[in-house]
Amino acid sequence: MKYAFWPGCVSKGACPELYTSMVRTSAALGIELVELYDGNCTGAGVISEHSMETADALNARNFAMAQRLDLPLINICSTCQGVQSMAQSRLKKNPKLAAEVNEALAEEGLFYDAEAGLEVKNFLWVLVEDFGLDRLKEVLKKPLTGLKAGPFYGCYIIRPEPILGFDEHPDRDKYLEYVIEAVGATLITYEGQDKCCGFPILTINKENSLSMAANHLSEAQEGGADCLVTPCPLCHLNLDAQQPDAAKYAKVDGLEVPILHLPQLIGLALGIDAKELRVDRHVVSSQKVLANL
Amino acid sequence: MQERSPAGGVAVSPTTYQKQGEADRQGCETGTARKDLLMDVRLKVKRFDPEAPDTSDRYQQYDLDMPESATVLDSLIEAREYQDGTLAMRCSCRSAICGSCAMRVNGRARLACKTQVRTLVEEGEEVVIEPAGNLPVIKDLVVDMAPFWDKVRAVKPWLQPSGPPPEREYIVPDEAMYGLNEVMNCIMCGACVSDCTVLEVDKTFLGPAALAKAWRFAGDPRDDAQLPRLRELSEPSGVWDCTRCNMCVEVCPKDVKPMDQILKLRAAATHAGITNNHGSRHTLAFVKLVGGETDLIDAAMGTKASGRLDEVRLPVYTHGRFNLIGQMKDLPIGLRMLRAGKMPSPFHKPIGGIKHVKRIFKRFAEKQGAGS
Repeated sequence: MKYAFWPGCVSKGACPELYTSMVRTSAALGIELVELYDGNCTGAGVISEHSMETADALNARNFAMAQRLDLPLINICSTCQGVQSMAQSRLKKNPKLAAEVNEALAEEGLFYDAEAGLEVKNFLWVLVEDFGLDRLKEVLKKPLTGLKAGPFYGCYIIRPEPILGFDEHPDRDKYLEYVIEAVGATLITYEGQDKCCGFPILTINKENSLSMAANHLSEAQEGGADCLVTPCPLCHLNLDAQQPDAAKYAKVDGLEVPILHLPQLIGLALGIDAKELRVDRHVVSSQKVLANL
Repeated sequence: MQERSPAGGVAVSPTTYQKQGEADRQGCETGTARKDLLMDVRLKVKRFDPEAPDTSDRYQQYDLDMPESATVLDSLIEAREYQDGTLAMRCSCRSAICGSCAMRVNGRARLACKTQVRTLVEEGEEVVIEPAGNLPVIKDLVVDMAPFWDKVRAVKPWLQPSGPPPEREYIVPDEAMYGLNEVMNCIMCGACVSDCTVLEVDKTFLGPAALAKAWRFAGDPRDDAQLPRLRELSEPSGVWDCTRCNMCVEVCPKDVKPMDQILKLRAAATHAGITNNHGSRHTLAFVKLVGGETDLIDAAMGTKASGRLDEVRLPVYTHGRFNLIGQMKDLPIGLRMLRAGKMPSPFHKPIGGIKHVKRIFKRFAEKQGAGS
C-alpha cells in the first residue's frame, strides 16, 4: 500500500505529534507514504471564501503532484479532506475552470487531470476501506480493551455527504466507531460527536467556540469516555489546547478529556510506545489513556 | 377516536385508504393483497405539554401499519387520527413546499412529508421524532417560529432599489440572477435553524435561514442597499459567527445551501472593504500568509507568504497587527502550547514552490469572491 502523503499545515505546526505518530503508525501497518514536501495549504475553506478559483488552483497543484506520482492521496485532516473533495468536485464539474487552473499550473510543469480524478482519502477511510478492519484486528499487538473511547469526526469529513463519496460508502460517518471497536476499546457515543468543535470561530467569537467544545467534552465525559479520538488536528486543537479555557463553560466539574489523534490510537493498539507516538505532547494529560492500556 | 384492527387486518383508515391506488384499494376491500403492502412502523415521539403536571422529557411509542411508501408525516397523521388525538404537530401541503413540518427525525432536521420511513430504518425499527431544535417548543412537535421570523425580518428581506422606479418592470439579465437560484428555493421551514451548531450555543446568531435570505437581496442586482446591508451583517451575531460546519447544507430539504450563501456575503463584505472585524481580518491574513502580497510592516514582522499556514502569525493578524492588547489575550494559550511542545516555530519556512503559489494567487486575484 503506497500513497502520496499530504500531511497538512497543522501536523507540521501546532500538532507535530500528529505527523510523528502518523509516520510511525503507517510504517507499522506497512503503509508507504511518499510525502508531498512541496505541497501547499488546501486553504481550509478560508481561501475559497476569498477567491474560489485560487483555492481550486492550489488544491489542483497538490492533486497534480500526486497524479505525477501515480498514487492515491492520503491526508490526516478532516478539514483537508472536505476542502480537497469539494475542490475535486468543482474541477470535475467545470472543465473550463479545470482548463484555466491547468494553464496556471503549466508554468510549473504540472497538470491535473480532473476528468480522470484522483483518489483522495483521509487515513480513517484508508484504514477501513483499503487496509480493512479485519486485517487491522489481526495485526494488533496490544488491543486496547481497558480503554473507553469516544469518536469526534470533524465536520468536513462527514458533510456534505454528496461530495464525500457517501453514495459509494454510506457508512463513512460510522468509521470512527468501527475503528474504536476494532482496536478493542469500548465505544462511547454521545450527541455532539459529529458536530462542530468550534475551531473556525475561535478568534472571531471565542465564547461560542469554547461553549461548543465544552458541550461535546462534557457529554463525552458524562458518558464515561477516557478519551476522544479524532481524524482532525483542528478539532484536536480546540478540544485539547483550549480545554482549560472551555472548562468554564462545561456542564460537568473537573473537565479532563484527553484528545487522541487517530494514528496515536492505532499506534497504541499496535504496541508502539506511547512516547514514540508523542501522546505526552498534548495540553490535556493523556494519563487517563495510559492508565487504562 | 376510531378503533383500528390489529396488524394485517383489513380495516384501513380513511387517510391511508385515500393514498392507495385503485388496485390496492380493491385489495383492501377483499382483504387479500392489502396485507403485503403494509409495513410495521414504530414511532417514538417526544411529547411535551406545558400544562401537564410533569413537563420533563417524555417519549411515546406508536405502532402502526403503514403502506410501504408512507412518509414520516403520513405515519404521524395516522397516529394522531387513530391512536392519539392529543398529539400536536404542524403540517399542510404534504408536498415539501409549505415548510410546515420540519422536525427532527432520528436526530436530524427533515421535512416529515419528504421523508419516507423505509429510507430511514428497516421495517419495524424505531423512528425517533422530536420537535425542531433551537426554537422554543409550544407543544409536542409544534415549535414557536417567532424567533425565526424576527431574524428574517431583521435582515430587511425586501428589495431596496434607489432612484425613481422604471416606467415598466426592473430588467436584469438572466445570468445576474443565477447566483440567487439556490436561495430562491428556500421555503422557510427552519430545518437549518433547527440543527445550526452555533445557535445551539448562542441564540443571538442571525442563523442560516435569515442570512441566506439576506444574500437573496444583497446579491440581487436590483438592490442598491448592498453596502449598508453588508455593514450590518458584518456586526457580531452576523455572517462571521457562522462556524462553517455544513450542517445547514446537509439538512436543508430544498438544497438552498445556506452556508454557501453566508460565505458569499462574507466575500462581498470583505471585497467591499468592510474589513474592520476579526472575521474579515482572519480571511485576509490567511490569504496573505499562504500566498498573498506583503508590505514593509509585514517584512519588519518577519512575515512572508510561505505556501502553508503560519499558525503563529495568523492569530496576531486576526487581532490586528497593531492590536497589542488583543494579541496579549492569546498569551496564556501560547504558553500552554509551548509547555506541551505544540508551539509552532516563529521562523516559518516557505515551501520550495512558493513562487508558483504566489503566482497562482496573483493570477486569480481579480476573480475574487465565493460568489463569483
